[in-house]
Amino acid sequence: MQKVAVAQDPLAASTDVDPALLRELVAHLRQDRTPLREEWTRRITDERLLSVMTPEEIFSEVTAVYDNYVDALETGSIEALERYARNLSERIIPRGVETHEVLGVVLLLRDVLARSLFQKYQDDRVLMNQVLDAYEPAANRIAVTVGVSFVQERERVIRQQQLAIRELSTPVLKVRDQLLILPIIGALDASRARQLTEQLLNGIRENRAKVVVIDITGVPGIDVDVANHLVQAVRASGLMGARVIITGLSADIAQTLVNLRVDLTMMQSVGDLQGGIEEAERQLSYAVTRSGATSPDSRA
Amino acid sequence: MGVSILKQRDYLIASIQSALTDTEVVQLRDALVAEVARHRSRGVIVDVAALDVIDSFVSRSLSTVAQTNRLRGAKTVVVGIQPDVAVAMSQFGLGLADVHTALDLEAGLELLDG
Repeated sequence: MQKVAVAQDPLAASTDVDPALLRELVAHLRQDRTPLREEWTRRITDERLLSVMTPEEIFSEVTAVYDNYVDALETGSIEALERYARNLSERIIPRGVETHEVLGVVLLLRDVLARSLFQKYQDDRVLMNQVLDAYEPAANRIAVTVGVSFVQERERVIRQQQLAIRELSTPVLKVRDQLLILPIIGALDASRARQLTEQLLNGIRENRAKVVVIDITGVPGIDVDVANHLVQAVRASGLMGARVIITGLSADIAQTLVNLRVDLTMMQSVGDLQGGIEEAERQLSYAVTRSGATSPDSRA
Repeated sequence: MGVSILKQRDYLIASIQSALTDTEVVQLRDALVAEVARHRSRGVIVDVAALDVIDSFVSRSLSTVAQTNRLRGAKTVVVGIQPDVAVAMSQFGLGLADVHTALDLEAGLELLDG
């Protein structure tokens, strides 16, 4: 938000253009609204921008942006446009619209309008220069505003998602007395690995666990820092009297660990979560048997 | 010295009450080794729950006690290591060679009984 406030300053500096010229410019853009909008839509479709949207959607967004654009030119206030751009970004980001598309679309509008001004004023070079002087800074500022709004909105979404991921965190689940499982989903970085260690150790203490199964099936990759964090977590658990069994090491991760020469002597690992739980149950002397013989049917 | 050594059945239980100086650590080490011989204990439990820091000297001393006792047929169990102490120790690569670990006194006794 602050960035946009800064971006308003160059606008204030450029308002010394002739207001009458700007009015004329705006009047021209209003008058040619329909052909210019159509031309803009056509160019967008030609360049295969906004391919995830239907032509009708593009046309209705184009109309709204066009009107906001002309209003911003007229009043010099970009707030309404900014609000609209933010709102638009909110709607199109989840559909996978990319930054280059948004910037491309805005620059296309600038081109379309500039070309129409060239055509209108081509017989009077002096006037054309003055019109362009009035048009260019305002148009550039508008392009920047829309682009920045889009990027800011995207950053906001990313921040929100990061927060959500962090809050999802890593559950420590008790499956049986003295047996915990920690399913880890998603990428591990150093800070998450630290948090994981903390939760693991507190979980061991609270549940008086003797064996912990850490399942990393859902971890896409691992680097040397994270590997060392894992080793440390395993060691720290050992100091608190709990054994750790790692399960779900993908071939990639296993190979990485070997190539990184991480000291794995501490780690007991089992192929998958089921095997890990079975091994843990064996270590804790649990015997799990199936009571299939006495199914409800046979009893009746 | 802020340590009391109690005899309980076949086991010795050393409970550390407060942070120890290096001299006290040496005294504890020697006392544990001597007491094991005197009582013919089968197991030693060292409760470190009161320690906020376990440095390399303490961990090496605990390992020495464990290795010495092992040669005389007694198991050594360190119990009560706090989570942040455990993290710090593993970060600094301080291991406890030949030492068994358990969550607390109860789990330690269980381990020796088992």
